[in-house]
Amino acid sequence: MKIDDATRLAEIKERVEKSSRLSKGDVTRITVGMASCGLAAGARKVLDTIKEDIQSHKIDKVVIVPTGCIGICKLEPIVEIIRPGEEKVSYVNVTEDKAKEIIKKHVLEGKPVKDYAIKDEKGILSVEKSSFFNKQLRIVLRNCGIINPEDIEEYIAVDGYKALYKVLTSMTPEEVIDIVKKSGLRGRGGGGFPTGLKWEYAKKAEGTQKYVVCNGDEGDPGAFMDRSVMEGDPHSIIEAMAIAGFSIGANYGYIYVRAEYPIAVRRLSIAIEQARRYGLLGRNIFNSGFDFDIELRLGAGAFVCGEETALLNSIMGKRGEPRPRPPFPAQKGVWDKPTLINNVETYANIPVIILKGAEWFSAIGTETSKGTKVFALGGNINNTGLIEVPMGTTLRKVIYDIGGGIPGGKEFKAAQTGGPSGGCIPKEYLDTPIEYETLIKFGSMMGSGGLIVMDEDKCMVDVAKFFLEFTVAESCGKCSPCRLGTKRMLEILNRITEGNGTEEDIKKLETLAYSIKSSALCGLGQTAPNPVLSTLRHFRSEYEAHVKAKKCPAMKCRSLFKYTILQDTCKKCGICARNCPVSAINGSPKEMFVIDLNRCTRCGTCLEQCPFNAIIKSSMGEGS
Amino acid sequence: MCTDIERMSSEKMDRLKEIIHKYEGVPGALIPILNEAQDLFGYLPMEVQELISKELKIPLTEVYGVATFYAKYTLKPSGKYRISLCLGTACYVKGAPLILEKLKEILKIDIGETTSDGLFTLEETRCLGCCALAPVMMINEDVYGKLIPEDVENIIKAYKNRD
Repeated sequence: MKIDDATRLAEIKERVEKSSRLSKGDVTRITVGMASCGLAAGARKVLDTIKEDIQSHKIDKVVIVPTGCIGICKLEPIVEIIRPGEEKVSYVNVTEDKAKEIIKKHVLEGKPVKDYAIKDEKGILSVEKSSFFNKQLRIVLRNCGIINPEDIEEYIAVDGYKALYKVLTSMTPEEVIDIVKKSGLRGRGGGGFPTGLKWEYAKKAEGTQKYVVCNGDEGDPGAFMDRSVMEGDPHSIIEAMAIAGFSIGANYGYIYVRAEYPIAVRRLSIAIEQARRYGLLGRNIFNSGFDFDIELRLGAGAFVCGEETALLNSIMGKRGEPRPRPPFPAQKGVWDKPTLINNVETYANIPVIILKGAEWFSAIGTETSKGTKVFALGGNINNTGLIEVPMGTTLRKVIYDIGGGIPGGKEFKAAQTGGPSGGCIPKEYLDTPIEYETLIKFGSMMGSGGLIVMDEDKCMVDVAKFFLEFTVAESCGKCSPCRLGTKRMLEILNRITEGNGTEEDIKKLETLAYSIKSSALCGLGQTAPNPVLSTLRHFRSEYEAHVKAKKCPAMKCRSLFKYTILQDTCKKCGICARNCPVSAINGSPKEMFVIDLNRCTRCGTCLEQCPFNAIIKSSMGEGS
Repeated sequence: MCTDIERMSSEKMDRLKEIIHKYEGVPGALIPILNEAQDLFGYLPMEVQELISKELKIPLTEVYGVATFYAKYTLKPSGKYRISLCLGTACYVKGAPLILEKLKEILKIDIGETTSDGLFTLEETRCLGCCALAPVMMINEDVYGKLIPEDVENIIKAYKNRD
């Protein structure tokens, strides 16, 4: 079983291709997207139905393959069919009934079911050729949704472990680090530190025992690219970590995954086990004399553990509290030994860079930000999902051309990047290329790549409050600027959104924000004020409206708006009163109906239910 | 404490010992052990922490410190169905607060509480990573996406009817 040279890798590749597990033989390949999104949308039942149907129709020469996430989550469950010699057809929003029809018509009779497939005006398409995909460049997500993540041979068939072979048999550690440096790859976990430099520091650090760590604690709300890679292409992380281990002189690695990702944990465990069986982890890999093994460590629900020193403590079984740096992990990491920590997405780039070269990679992207970036599109956007584009792509292209724009004909208001450490980018900057530096200039940051789109109905003070609530809940409590400071900021924001804020409060908020930024212990605290500072910078008038006119321009903050029944338009049907969940509407069909504002929770049910448009929403102190 | 130990099924305590021994010689095993213990007991009662402290030869304060640091661990038994409502950004933008209100209204409990019949525990979670299905909640292992407040009542009812 052990693979010890390139011939064995090539043999497996040929065998997989011939057996058509990757669609080049005479067998029909049916893939079902089985990542978290797909499973949540019902992919398990679809897969079971397909299996049963294939059996009951006694169809042979078919392989049914569970894959990871193809990226367009809103169309899950997705089933793809490749018949020998034919183009791939992608079926979306597949149900058990649709699956049966697809098997009968497409697989059995060779007639694709147009109604359920992705298509444009010219006809049926595969996902890859749709407008969502053809503007993307997939390096990190190259295998997600294509290969079976639970089958190491499929990974080998797409040139997996070839980069590790090349490194172990023909390169020196210095040469590997040199390629990574020249590629210009920067850390994809948030800060954007040059990856090659980090590897060099870890290599130069003194010590015989060193460690390689993969940060899979993707806690940033709204970001799920690391989950997708861990679920859809786990071997690419293992391969990259082994390459990193060889480069810095480490023979042991930890993958730290957050507890909220059970499927990622399962797929990684299977992948590690398979890699050991094939001799791609363990002793004397490719007969090179290099040993490397990996252990999986699970988080237990703490956002701060994404911070590297907190993560190290957590691996060592301690409270996930950060510590001051220096010493940096490269000098003193796990068990006080030199440790290299990179994020999942960063690692996923490595095998491709080794195989295709630094020049190829550095030709993609901008002057300072090379390669691609995966973004998780969420919020008020039509095509929610995962996309990968070259660095330097504009926000407009991401949101409108790929993301399909804002639903319901609403206006774009802001894009939030960088999670609780980032900020909101207003529409003036839609045409600026996205790269590390521009985002920082806007008062935001790349973060891990969560991109939440907000439409005109969102109140930016409320959004800032949301992130502060997050930070207050997730602050580990070790340093007082973060523990106490963020709490005071939240109190001020509560006052402002409840209509009790003053102009002095806005100033206080700013002063506090800057002092927390400059004095907090770790990245969590230092960046916690960013959502407030960036919204103050780009949407200051909204804060001022809340404190001066006691108005919430988006009419989102509940203390600052009300619902009123227009007596002239009201037909006294009583639908509003019957539907009000808190019985705040009084009246009878003979009299008038009135909303008791003290009881009203501003849920808006009455407005939605009224058939005569007799209910209006207005700022407190305004209207009838 | 003695009576508590008696009350705790001895079978589970034996199982816990096996778990601890499985990690013998593994450095930093406290968190993996607590993870398995939480799954085994559904929470981390004091006697479980005491046993772990004794077997691993680390102070109880340290075990307690870790057990109270991470959100996954609970010191009180939770309901039969753990409802985790995602309050991540995408869910927030797509109306998770309205779902939370509805859950509170129907279950008559606040976040972190368990209903008096012991059926439901309401928890908030920071992003389940299913942002495209926002707003999302999980009840034990089942995921419910694209929720609207009107859905909540029927979902809860379905779980009640199972009992």
